[in-house]
Amino acid sequence: MNEQSSTQKRNQQTVSGNSSTRFEKEGRTPIVEFRNVVKQFGEFTAVDDVSLKIWPGEFFALLGPSGCGKTTLLRMLAGFETPSSGEILLDGKNILPVPPNKRPVNMMFQSYALFPHLSVRDNIAFGLKRDGMTKENIEARTEEMLKLVRMENFAHRKPHQMSGGQRQRVALARALAKNPKLLLLDEPLGALDAKLREATQFELVNIQEKLGTTFIIVTHDQEEAMTVSTRIGVMNLGIVAQVDTPAGIYENPSSRFVADFIGDVNLLEGRIEGEAKGKHAEGNMLFAANGIETTFSARCPDQLEAGTTCWLAVRPEKIAISKEKDTKAVNQVSGVVDDIAYVGNLSTYHVRLANGRVIKAQEVNRRRVENREITWEDEVWLSFTEGAGLLLAE
Amino acid sequence: MNKGWRRAVLIAVPYLWLLFFFLVPFIIVLKISLSDTAIAMPPYVPTFSLSEGWSGIQNFFSGLDFENFAWLLDDRLYINSYLSSLWIALVSTFLTLIVGFPLAYGMTRAPESWRPRLLMLIILPFWTSFLIRVYAWIGILKTEGLLNQFLLWLGVINDPLIIMNTNTAVYIGIVYSYLPFMVLPIYSTLDKMDDSLLEAAIDLGCSKISAFWRITVPLALPGIAAGCFLVFIPAVGEFVIPDLLGGSQTLMIGKTLWNEFFSNRDWPVASAVAIVLLLLLVVPILIFQRMLEREQEGSK
Ligand SMILES: Nc1ncnc2c1ncn2[C@@H]1O[C@H](COP(=O)(O)OP(=O)(O)OP(=O)(O)O)[C@@H](O)[C@H]1O
Ligand SMILES: [Mg+2]
Repeated sequence: MNEQSSTQKRNQQTVSGNSSTRFEKEGRTPIVEFRNVVKQFGEFTAVDDVSLKIWPGEFFALLGPSGCGKTTLLRMLAGFETPSSGEILLDGKNILPVPPNKRPVNMMFQSYALFPHLSVRDNIAFGLKRDGMTKENIEARTEEMLKLVRMENFAHRKPHQMSGGQRQRVALARALAKNPKLLLLDEPLGALDAKLREATQFELVNIQEKLGTTFIIVTHDQEEAMTVSTRIGVMNLGIVAQVDTPAGIYENPSSRFVADFIGDVNLLEGRIEGEAKGKHAEGNMLFAANGIETTFSARCPDQLEAGTTCWLAVRPEKIAISKEKDTKAVNQVSGVVDDIAYVGNLSTYHVRLANGRVIKAQEVNRRRVENREITWEDEVWLSFTEGAGLLLAE
Repeated sequence: MNKGWRRAVLIAVPYLWLLFFFLVPFIIVLKISLSDTAIAMPPYVPTFSLSEGWSGIQNFFSGLDFENFAWLLDDRLYINSYLSSLWIALVSTFLTLIVGFPLAYGMTRAPESWRPRLLMLIILPFWTSFLIRVYAWIGILKTEGLLNQFLLWLGVINDPLIIMNTNTAVYIGIVYSYLPFMVLPIYSTLDKMDDSLLEAAIDLGCSKISAFWRITVPLALPGIAAGCFLVFIPAVGEFVIPDLLGGSQTLMIGKTLWNEFFSNRDWPVASAVAIVLLLLLVVPILIFQRMLEREQEGSK
């Protein structure tokens, strides 16, 4: 509970995603900037013209399906891969000529890459010793790191004598020991089970807050990205499809891919009919879905012209389901219940529309299942507000 | 047959094997080493026979003594042979390591698809007889051999090098013959190593060279040690290589042993030489054994 509240609090603090636009306006220097970075492996383009700014103190998540180039992007930042073209700036300075061992960037590897022949303490001290610090300073810093990840009692263990979660903490401590400007984490929680994973996510957030280091985390788990990060960059096929806060990505996806990748979404194909009218309909457009008589009023940030083909995206939890027609609702459509998926606290109704498309509507189960009034094959009405739907051209 | 029985049989098989093929011959050799020479067939007394009953057995045991072992201490030849064998084995093990490690390392750095072929090349020499391969080296190393012809043709040297019948030839022979025993264990430890360890070391501030010394070499140590023992132990008792390639001044215990057996026909002294050699090698063999055990525990 405690830890949860801390992440919520953090989202209102200064180093939140929302401040990134402010930083941009103020002309601050981003800690990391990718400028038109391209990476090709032979004929294959793994990273395709990526431009991206990350601000000091951010917890930035790179999210995307497998093979979309997340690791490649991170490895270019660490210096293990060289971009085919483009620039990477760290604190405003081009770091491409700097070899990986001289970059003020540390990486936590997916496999942890702990040195099997060294104890936990020596693993953590490894980077410090390379820096030519005095013995006392190395010892003090190592102790500090052991404390930070609560591994003081395991200092003498070898990596193979520890559990996955413990190894993960040592790997984190080792990567943080040199006090890098930037910490890169490549799927750091991939090897942990669901429970430990959740606990570790909060721990990561706490440590990041405590140190104020900029973290860039790679993950293909959208829930993880939403939980830990201040901003998310969604990648697909080597390009960055959208960069925004977790809420921004969820509420205002810029494309069908992003809408579909983050959470569950209903997509209906159709075209723009014209401007919508109504009290809450500022900037809304009227949308006609293919094969359905009714039109819907939905937000349209792309300002599409009438007649353009586009998609209506609505999240299942924003659709209300009822047996009677609601006279006041703006967006309303009827259908037949095809299926009901019951997951304890939630029920998802799969409703078939007149055009054959199935729409998902999610309801919180306030009553027990037996008393549910809607069942299979019922004729139902689905409705959603003017603010719930989003029209996407891509 | 119940489970306990089956297990007992399974365990018994290797023990019986050891008993028949190691312990029994060892006891026979040990017995001969405690006997005296005789001009007879076999060329030593006493011989064991049960036909004379109890007194025969008593006579047999009273005929055994440690004379031959005392003799080994008396004659500098034997001590010198042992020392020189150990030294030659040590030097050649070191040289094999120097050649073998880069070879194994290079193999693990080669493209994945090449590796089976490279491994094949390492094992390929085993397809022909060891003796023939050592003979072939005579053709290469002798004064008018291939090596000298080649170097003369290159103009690197003006007079042919004298390599044949020297310790150098023995070193070359041992390094060549035992190289696979060094390369294979090192290759297998290096191959198991995760490349991200090196990247992690570099990420933490190591240069490539220091990452090699701090990560690659320590992690390859078990393989290096295994390779060294696999070369050192048989090299100490090597006979064929010093006999064919070494000169008259090349002193190795294998040759001394051969001379005692076949030139002097002094089986008891030869057996004593063999027993002492075994005792000398027990120490490194035990260390090797312990290391393997530790390694197995570690990997669990
Ligand atoms: N060294 C390489 N040589 C050739 N192709 C490569 C190399 N490294 C990566 N790729 C290719 O580049 C693409 C992006 O790889 P990358 O490892 O960045 O994906 P990822 O987004 O991290 O995926 P995952 O979530 O599965 O880790 C993949 O299609 C991969 O096959
Ligand atoms: Mg990856």
